[in-house]
Amino acid sequence: MSLRFADVSVGAPLPTQTFPIERGTLIRYAGASGDFNPIHWNEQTAVAVGLPDVIAHGMLTMAMAVRVVTDWVGDPGAVLDYQVRFSRPVVVASDAPTPLQVSAVVRSMHEADHTAEIQLTASVLDQTVLAKARVRVRLAP
Amino acid sequence: MPLDQSFEGRVYPPTQPYEVGREKIREFADAIGDDNPVYRDQAAAKALGYSDVIAPPTFPIVMSMRAAAQVIRDPEFGLDYSKVVHGEQRFSYTRPIQAGDLLQVTVRVESVRVAAGNDLITTRGDITTLDGELVVTAYSTLVARGTAAVGTEAAGAES
Repeated sequence: MSLRFADVSVGAPLPTQTFPIERGTLIRYAGASGDFNPIHWNEQTAVAVGLPDVIAHGMLTMAMAVRVVTDWVGDPGAVLDYQVRFSRPVVVASDAPTPLQVSAVVRSMHEADHTAEIQLTASVLDQTVLAKARVRVRLAP
Repeated sequence: MPLDQSFEGRVYPPTQPYEVGREKIREFADAIGDDNPVYRDQAAAKALGYSDVIAPPTFPIVMSMRAAAQVIRDPEFGLDYSKVVHGEQRFSYTRPIQAGDLLQVTVRVESVRVAAGNDLITTRGDITTLDGELVVTAYSTLVARGTAAVGTEAAGAES
C-alpha cells in the first residue's frame, strides 16, 4: 500500500536511516551489478588514481539512500523519478564499516497527480556525499 | 587525451534483449541490503498490484551501464577508464522493471564536455520492451578526473 496523499505534508521529515558499508558490501555489489571497477575493491588502484582508499560504488550509495523513501511510501514502484549528484566519495576502509546516514524531507506536493517531491540528505560522519538528491513519488489518492 | 567531441549526439542501435529474472532481482536486492518482500515474494508484489516481483529503483543500472560501455569503452572515444568516477545519475520511470521483462537499451551520447580539468560525458539510455514500450530512462554522467589538461589538479569531488 502506498502512503495516502492526505497523510503527507510539506516539510514533514521521513524516518532517518543509517546503512553500514563494508568492503564485503562492495564486493557483493560489484558482483550483483556487474561494476567491477577496481577502485571499489583494490586499495592500490584507488590510491594510484588519487583516492584516499577504496570507495563505494556511487550506485550503491544511491541504492541505499532511496530506501528512506521506498520504506516510507510502501511501494517502491511508486518512485517516478530519482536523481543524485555524487559530490564526495564514500571511502570504505578495510577494518571498519562506513556508516551512511540518510535523512529526507518532503519539499513539495502536487494535488493534481498526487505526487510529492522528496529531498534526500546522505552523509558520512557529517559530510554530505550526495548533492541534488531528489525523488518524485506517487502517493495514493 | 581529449575526448572525441564528434561522439556527441551519436545514437547506438538497441542492445541485445535482457531478460529480467526473479533470482537476479533477489541477488541485487540482497547486495544493496534491501529486504523489501516486493523484490522477492510474488504474493507481496501482487498485493501491490504487480503481476510479478519488481526490481529496486536503481536496478536499471545493470542494463544501462553495460549498454553505455559501447561508447565509454570505445578506444576511439578516448576516455581513460582507469580515471573514471560516477558524477551524476538520474532515472525517470514509466513503471518499475519486473521479473519476466525482456528489455533493450538504446544509448544516446547526450554531451561531451570539459569542466575544471575533468572530461565529462553524459549518456542517456532508453530502456524499452521489445515492442517499444518505454519503461525507464537512465541518464549517467561519468567524470574522468584530471584527464582534460596536462598538469591540472583532479577535482576530487566526485564519487
